[in-house]
Amino acid sequence: MRALIALPVVLPLLAAGVSLALHRRPAVQRALSVVVLGATLVASVALLVTVERSGVAAVQVGGWPAPIGITLVADLFAAIMLVISTAMVLVVLVYAIGHPRTRDHGLFFHPLYLILATGVAASFLTGDLFNLFVAFEVTLGASYVLITLGGSRDQVRSGMTYVVISLLASTLFVTAVGLVYAATGTVNMADLAGRVAALPDGVRQALGLLLLVVFGIKAAIFPLFFWLPDSYPTAPAPVTAIFAGLLTKVGVYAIIRTQTLMFPTDGGPSTLLLAIAGATMVVGVLGAIAQNDVKRILSFHIISQIGYMVLGLGLFTVAGLAGGIFYIVHHIVVKTTLFLVGGLVEQATGTGALSRVGGLLHRTPVVAGLFLLPALSLAGLPPFSGFVAKLALVQGGLAIGAHTIVGISLAVSLLTLFSMTKIWAGVFWGAPEEAPPLAAAAGDGRLSSPALMVAPTAVLVVLSLVIAVAAAPLWDLSQRAAATLVDPAPYVEAVLP
Amino acid sequence: MILVLALLVGALYAVGTYLLLQRTLTRVVIGLAIMGHGANLLLLLAGGRAGRAPIVDGPGGGPFADPLPQALALTAIVITFGITAFLLALAYRSWLLRSDDEVEDDVEDRRIARLVRRHEENDS
Repeated sequence: MRALIALPVVLPLLAAGVSLALHRRPAVQRALSVVVLGATLVASVALLVTVERSGVAAVQVGGWPAPIGITLVADLFAAIMLVISTAMVLVVLVYAIGHPRTRDHGLFFHPLYLILATGVAASFLTGDLFNLFVAFEVTLGASYVLITLGGSRDQVRSGMTYVVISLLASTLFVTAVGLVYAATGTVNMADLAGRVAALPDGVRQALGLLLLVVFGIKAAIFPLFFWLPDSYPTAPAPVTAIFAGLLTKVGVYAIIRTQTLMFPTDGGPSTLLLAIAGATMVVGVLGAIAQNDVKRILSFHIISQIGYMVLGLGLFTVAGLAGGIFYIVHHIVVKTTLFLVGGLVEQATGTGALSRVGGLLHRTPVVAGLFLLPALSLAGLPPFSGFVAKLALVQGGLAIGAHTIVGISLAVSLLTLFSMTKIWAGVFWGAPEEAPPLAAAAGDGRLSSPALMVAPTAVLVVLSLVIAVAAAPLWDLSQRAAATLVDPAPYVEAVLP
Repeated sequence: MILVLALLVGALYAVGTYLLLQRTLTRVVIGLAIMGHGANLLLLLAGGRAGRAPIVDGPGGGPFADPLPQALALTAIVITFGITAFLLALAYRSWLLRSDDEVEDDVEDRRIARLVRRHEENDS
């Protein structure tokens, strides 16, 4: 039980070291990554089941009691995030093994990828503000190298933006930790829950805002999103997919965790967060409409979707937060899938520019189908998972009379659908406007995609359908997770008995 | 002493921010490093007044210094060091590829700027 909480962090970290030592044997390296991440997934699911049955679980690493020791906590929200993110990491790994561009960088790709998995898991499980910083740095450190692994001119340019902006956010994070410690004398989050509440209003608001800015940069909320659409698209498809699916969501997780635990509102919705949510949704989707490249359109959509998650938090009710959690789960699966499909299109045609591809519907009908389902789900059409998630958020909003933001979110859904049809019309229908580049076409004009890339994408499409079909139990789980967020007493008790 | 350090932290943040806003990559890197120093110093300051070394059965007399912020600052320094090294390598790579030190514009920004210019020419 105690070991179970630490396993999702320890397993990939140890494997990363072994993987580096095995760099001369790529086949063993690949097998190791798959086996270890598979084991991590099993441990995560076991953790979710334990937490679901017996409540919030905490462990003090090294045996020092909280708030002095290093605390790992798993509540229902953290466990859900852990399971879904580990599943994504595993599926994208298989895709990456089938992807020619990452195969060339196999030497460092696997250790870095495992370290990334470690960082993400640690961010979800940590119960300590400073350890959250360390977990972020572990994740980011691996992501810096992954995003620039090819060393091409475009990658260095966009990687530079990404590293500089992330480093600035990290510096602000250290500043925030220092100020929080100066004000309260602790960095343990459960301990902070009580102590921050006792601070004067001005100090509390300043700390809350500073942390919101720090995590807002990582989560790409308005107006701190500008770095994302520039830096994500240049990396190889599997790397972009895992970044798009997970990294911004780690930021959202940190926002939800800190705001609910340390800076809760006095019962009502948070006007600031709702305003941010609205602006993020609108700006993101308008940006997507203006773009002409598959990966760039999808990158702007990440921003727009982050708005929905912040909306769930801004409502500050169990229904709203449950909608937000459900939305995050749905979004991680669907967004990762779409980026994987974007990679398949690039793989088949050599480009992702809408004006240079076209008519893929007949040449690769499978890829077209794999795109259509998650795209409709992203826009929120019934009966897909996006519909359930958006319905939950709309109901949560209407329940407390937040009509403006609900209206905005519905309008943004419509625009999302519009930009998805833009990809559909540009990539899968019609003929290319400009001369197509040399395509990897087989003799009969059909394009080939490696089975190891198509299969994981298909698995994710099925998973998103499963989320829609099994919406009731997942919704129940989200509601219970949200209840612990709104009333964090069990969380605090588990850490500080 | 605390006042002097606090002023120093402010100065480091100011210098770091100024350098970060420059167009040259080397200045951006140096700016980030200086700002990191400011943040680490701030962590140290968060521990309150200086005291004697917090060692069990150490030399007596006077209150202990708070060891936790020092541990945190140490961790933060190591992380900043690693990332700065990577950033320098990236800046060097950028210099090798382009033999100049300026931060490039976003590709899509340039494309949109071109479109705007074309529209303006058509209008006039």
